Amino acid sequence: MKARAFSYVRPVTIAEAIDAFAAAGGEASYIAGGQSLVPALALRLQAPECLIDIAHVEALRGIERQGGRLRLGALTRHVDAHDDPLIARYAPLLHLAAPHVAHPAIRNRGTLGGSVALADPASEFPAMMLAMGAEMEIAGPEGTRRVPADAFFQGVYETAIEPGELLVAFHIPVAGPHHRCAFDELARRRGDYALVGCGVMLAMPGDVVEDARIAFLSVGPTPVRARAAEVALLGSRLDEAAIRTAQTALAEDLDPTDEAHVPATMRLHLARVLLGRLLGGLGAAT
Amino acid sequence: MSATHPVSLSVNGEQISRLVEPRETLADFLRRDLQLTGTHTGCEMGVCGACLVLMDGRPVHACLTFAVQASGAVVETVEGLSESAEIADLQRTFHERNALQCGFCTPGMLVSAHGLLTRPGVPSREEIRDALSGNYCRCTGYEAIVDAIETVARRRSAGERAARFLEEPA
Repeated sequence: MKARAFSYVRPVTIAEAIDAFAAAGGEASYIAGGQSLVPALALRLQAPECLIDIAHVEALRGIERQGGRLRLGALTRHVDAHDDPLIARYAPLLHLAAPHVAHPAIRNRGTLGGSVALADPASEFPAMMLAMGAEMEIAGPEGTRRVPADAFFQGVYETAIEPGELLVAFHIPVAGPHHRCAFDELARRRGDYALVGCGVMLAMPGDVVEDARIAFLSVGPTPVRARAAEVALLGSRLDEAAIRTAQTALAEDLDPTDEAHVPATMRLHLARVLLGRLLGGLGAAT
Repeated sequence: MSATHPVSLSVNGEQISRLVEPRETLADFLRRDLQLTGTHTGCEMGVCGACLVLMDGRPVHACLTFAVQASGAVVETVEGLSESAEIADLQRTFHERNALQCGFCTPGMLVSAHGLLTRPGVPSREEIRDALSGNYCRCTGYEAIVDAIETVARRRSAGERAARFLEEPA
């Protein structure tokens, strides 16, 4: 099918983009890579009267270290999440997750901002923002604000972004030499949507886990932090007993629903298997 | 509401200026407005990969980009790649290895393969399969396509030029 007719504007500043949304009476969509939006338009699941093409807004670009944070402009493409050396070094979870996102041609065009603003619960980058403790910089008519990942994802495809607001950038605490990161997902076939996916970020200056952040995808309406499993790891040496305790604790963290062909018990089991593999790998990395 | 917009872009090395409706995809623009029908439209929702073109040097779905968005971009279609002989060895080897039957997916396969082979290194079969993960072929079962691309990757790493194949009859 073809998209319904719409008007098109191409702002070059954030203010112009936000004004364009207001001028369209709210019947507008921002478009950057368009890799999820264009199929939705073609299937007429969405039919905005105006598309605001933000791909040429310079302030939404850039990959830059700012003190203890890595600032990623919302227009950073999936392919750059994998290939960029600063991202690989300071936000390794994005680098590790990128090859699992869609297919090469989609990754060449899709943006991190688009993926995170859409907040598909089966999508990798939103969960990694949660695992890394990123802050989202959001611009609106009243100026800009920052929302931590823990408060950003609110429901299925629902985020802290209000209508007309624009996701500008991610501010990610940089990973250092004492961090250990791992990502993987389980799917029925390589490249399929994950039955469950997980990103782990541990602060281990010595042999002991001083901080842990663990986030899952495809286990609920939003990306989910596994706080009980995190607590189970604190102070441990990532030995077998600690890993088992963390796996058990996932029952408190995850509450998947029964779905056709994927009962909730199966998904919880797979989440435990995946977490065990990831932590086992990180423990063996000493 | 859907007034036409001027677009200006480079297609296969030629600067093109046209008026387009915003809802027209780059794939439809290439096929209808420019008669470049080598870019195929299959699913028109970014799944089948038959419409892949190079945009600013990288394979993208022409069905997932509106032509207005491509204004200012450099686009290369399968016609441009074959006329410049950049993929002559791929085309020849697809033929030799029976890597196409009906041929509908072939332009997209060639663009994906070109994108992969212009990256450094010689890809493994697994990497080739990964690179083709967004390209559907309902005829060949993929094995022959992977064979063809692997063969070209090895020949190129041994120093063979793509254009050499233009000099010999197929």
